[in-house]
Amino acid sequence: MGVGITVEHLNAFYGKTQALFDINIAVQANHATALIGPSGCGKSTFIRCLNRMHETIPEARVDGMVRIGEFSVYNGTSATQLRRRVGMVFQKPNPFPTMSIYDNVAAGLKLNGFRNRKQLDEIVQKSLHSSALWDEVKDSLHKKSGASLSGGQQQRLCIARALAVQPEVLLMDEPCSALDPISTGKIEELIFQLKEQYTIVIVTHNMQQAARVAEFTGFFLLGKMIEFDKTEKVFTNPSDKRTEDYVTGRFG
Amino acid sequence: MTGVSILTVLIVLAPLFAIFAYLVYKGLGSINLAFLTQTPKPVGEPGGGMANAIAGTGVILAIASLLGVPLGIGAGIFLSEYGRNRYGDAVRFVSDVMNGVPSIVIGIVAYGLVVMRQKHFSALAGGVALAIMMIPTIARTTEQMLLLVPQAIREAAFGLGVSRWRTTLSITLRTATSGVITGVMLAFARVAGETAPLLFTAFGNQFWNWRLDQPTAALSLQIYTYALSPFDDWHRQAWAGSLVLIVLIVSAVAAVRIVVRRGTLAGA
Repeated sequence: MGVGITVEHLNAFYGKTQALFDINIAVQANHATALIGPSGCGKSTFIRCLNRMHETIPEARVDGMVRIGEFSVYNGTSATQLRRRVGMVFQKPNPFPTMSIYDNVAAGLKLNGFRNRKQLDEIVQKSLHSSALWDEVKDSLHKKSGASLSGGQQQRLCIARALAVQPEVLLMDEPCSALDPISTGKIEELIFQLKEQYTIVIVTHNMQQAARVAEFTGFFLLGKMIEFDKTEKVFTNPSDKRTEDYVTGRFG
Repeated sequence: MTGVSILTVLIVLAPLFAIFAYLVYKGLGSINLAFLTQTPKPVGEPGGGMANAIAGTGVILAIASLLGVPLGIGAGIFLSEYGRNRYGDAVRFVSDVMNGVPSIVIGIVAYGLVVMRQKHFSALAGGVALAIMMIPTIARTTEQMLLLVPQAIREAAFGLGVSRWRTTLSITLRTATSGVITGVMLAFARVAGETAPLLFTAFGNQFWNWRLDQPTAALSLQIYTYALSPFDDWHRQAWAGSLVLIVLIVSAVAAVRIVVRRGTLAGA
């Protein structure tokens, strides 16, 4: 089951440059939350703070409080433990190129020492079903490399890979920006099904996409969160002038 | 343009084929069962072979690879994953300089490090000398190959909760395997025919020796000794030995390539 995410007074830095300013947000469990805003506004930095990927960049740092369910992200737990509860899907599909489709999905479990063959088979099958890829790859699980799939299939493979470690939250960083409209449609459909089981935070450049998949939307501008509300409200009746300008296409 | 590139390819390949053809022409006639199974005969007695030298080369190269490959790959991992700082720059500089050190100097170093302590020449000393030559080449190519692995692949592993060292070994290194192996084979082929570093380390031996702490024959040393001798029979054997050495190196490299390719998936 998904869990909620609470963020209080989050600031993020790259060296001396501050990228996020005092972000406060409460993401609801088992819903999809979209983050929109022009390029460079800090949306990606923000979701990378949720699973501590931000700190893998040299000289990057964070302060503030993030809680995933009952789990405090920046106090007393290791980043690797946290990331098993918070899955991530990246902008460009990034399957492990030398691994088979099966091994790609099983990678997270295998590399963390999970060895039960039978259970692995089940989890791989279940994850590929959840990401709507099973029927397309079931005959070549061990024969083909993850890199041999099409872009849209690769991205669904990456989603299956993230689901296989059984996270509670799924972070998606512009998951459709490298895909064609048909693949994009498939992923959006998937997001709809996945939010029954997971809490989803999705960064997107595409406002229609935000409107289609997310119940809540946050608008970022220059490292600040300008507005966070029900998607419908943000798009039809925003309370901030800057949000209105952005969603009506006056800038960005 | 196509004509020019075909021409340059021919020019580049010509010496290789010329060498190989000349070796076959001069050496093939002297290769027989005795050459491959017997030890050298004393001066003046015809016949005999280089079996002990072939085995010795195998043993010395095995020692060199066992020492050089893990250390070289380890250093390459350090340079690429942890070495974006002045420690890395220092290691990079040292290994580039090492690449340019004449092989005879490396032989002297191994002499000082191993032979002086053991008080006699040995296969081990020869292996150490060749390993020292392999390490910088392997380290630098491994570094380059690991840097080619996109950061996104590492991030994918981090995102699954895989620790950094596990990511490096099971994801980054695995993704770069074919390139890393090319570097290893390059280093291997380069040292396989080295003579100078073995002159006062492995030293050579007219008899069978399987002990790592005793002087050991090597093909390159045997070729060197025989080629400098005044006897026609030894000259012929030197040609045969050269041909065997080249064939062994080529087949070792080819065998590794085939094994690696067999483990590669469709579309990878």
